[in-house]
Amino acid sequence: MNDLLRITGLSVDLPGQGGPVRVIDEVSFDVPAGVTVGLIGETGSGKTMIAMSVIGLLPEGAAVGGSISFAGTDLVTCGPERLRALRGHEISMIFQDPMASLNPTQRIGRQVGEVLRRSGVPRAEVRDRVVEMLDRVGVPDPARRARDYPHEFSGGLRQRAMIAMAMIAHPSLVLADEPTTALDVTVQARVLGLLRKLQVEEGAAMLLVSHDLRVMSHVAQDLVVLYAGRVAERGSAASVLGRPAHPYTRALVRSVPAVRTRTAIADPLPGTAAVPARRPSGCAFHPRCPLATGRCRSEIPRPREVAPGRWSACHEAEKVLS
Amino acid sequence: MTVLAVEGLRVTFPVRGSLLRRARFTAVDDAAFTVGENEIVAVVGESGSGKTTLARCVVGLRRPDAGAMTFEGAPLPARRPPELKRAIQMVFQDPRSSLNPRMKVGAIIEEAWLTHPSVAPPGPRADTVEAALAGVGLDGEAADRYPAQLSGGQCQRVSLARALALSPRLLVCDEAVSALDVSVQSQVLRLLVELRETRRLSMLFISHDLGVVHQIADRVVVMRAGRIVEQGPAGTVFADPRHEYTRALLDAALELNDIGMT
Repeated sequence: MNDLLRITGLSVDLPGQGGPVRVIDEVSFDVPAGVTVGLIGETGSGKTMIAMSVIGLLPEGAAVGGSISFAGTDLVTCGPERLRALRGHEISMIFQDPMASLNPTQRIGRQVGEVLRRSGVPRAEVRDRVVEMLDRVGVPDPARRARDYPHEFSGGLRQRAMIAMAMIAHPSLVLADEPTTALDVTVQARVLGLLRKLQVEEGAAMLLVSHDLRVMSHVAQDLVVLYAGRVAERGSAASVLGRPAHPYTRALVRSVPAVRTRTAIADPLPGTAAVPARRPSGCAFHPRCPLATGRCRSEIPRPREVAPGRWSACHEAEKVLS
Repeated sequence: MTVLAVEGLRVTFPVRGSLLRRARFTAVDDAAFTVGENEIVAVVGESGSGKTTLARCVVGLRRPDAGAMTFEGAPLPARRPPELKRAIQMVFQDPRSSLNPRMKVGAIIEEAWLTHPSVAPPGPRADTVEAALAGVGLDGEAADRYPAQLSGGQCQRVSLARALALSPRLLVCDEAVSALDVSVQSQVLRLLVELRETRRLSMLFISHDLGVVHQIADRVVVMRAGRIVEQGPAGTVFADPRHEYTRALLDAALELNDIGMT
């Protein structure tokens, strides 16, 4: 198997007011080398928490179960030293808000080159590689702009700088958490194109976290749909979006309005998204599900292979597919 | 009937740190458009296009430097009497930051009526609050909660209930569904369209989401760098955009269905 990242039975418990809350419950999926896997879900679905588990930045007091195997290393048990060595080099991360994740008091170039400098690359080489990387992500006049501070960059340029920072050490896995959500549409399209191009050039795998199905449909090859901290379904992006195997995915797909043609407002799901702290019994989606039966209220559906490469955590998956 | 008419609207901001103290940034430049009765007019554009500034002028949160606005045929004065403040209500993007975190939902709705007693419904407060919440699909129980105890979608309904409690004739929605999850977004959109029918509301709907705009708008105003570059019936603007910027916006917007890129 060429799975770069293999997440098996991952559970995360966070301390809550009335005892620990299981924010991630038995999540399993793989990210093959060079492939983009999209983690999609709404508020409270746990998508960011999974990315944080991979990069070892969970909040204090988090209890992790299961395993996260990255190129043979179990990231759950390997300890902070090993994680620190991997971070920025083998695994890097792009955050949603570049203004909040760039240091406002340091020049862009310094921040982009930090990971190289820390691993002992000579200064002159760091400078050259920073300028080259900024050039590759489309920062105009990179030698000069490397001396700018983050506030002198536009939102789109800042996100490009973040991408340069994430890519400069040639990671084999990039975690991208809503990388284009804060950008205007015209900028978003260009940044997505850039991410895709760099990923192909570098042969890096990407775990893309987003709530935006449109973005996902353009960038991800595989999709993992999350609901209330559990996997609802997973499979290739084209099959998951084209022919959902879970009623939640089906509702999500239907609720995305088309841009160029006028579509009717989708029949809304009743209620609001379940959150892990108040997860309904059985299938967490059952109170909003049009297909729910007595079994859905009592028995938690675990993902099962309903078609080759298609995994659905729905007791009624066959009905949804037909 | 024309509910809102805006003409030659111009808004400038002082530029901080400029050598010439008088330098000003023009956020809205010579904007003109109308909103008819029972009509949903969408304003689209990217960040910095001036769409929020425009909305703030319409509700009276900002005084324009120049231009004229009329509401139901009468000029909108710079200092608005309570009756006009009531008739034009606004729903903001971030439902949490626009609700007082120290007040329970019921008190938030009641406060609107204390400010504008002319539209306070008769009957026991608990009942009228419950009816106001029911109008946006919220349980009466919500009255006893604080905003922090509600989800984002529920908070946005409370904002909407507070605005509607004042029986406005024009509702200004500034990215009112943008922060909501898609499955909740369609609930709120449905609600807005229903309210337009049942209450004969007119709406100025500010959004950057062209898909949502295409679903609910009757007419579309496209703004870029403070100027209106194109406006017209939604069908025409989307099917046959005249301005290159509108075309660029539409080209850049992603669709869900064109999967299978590389």
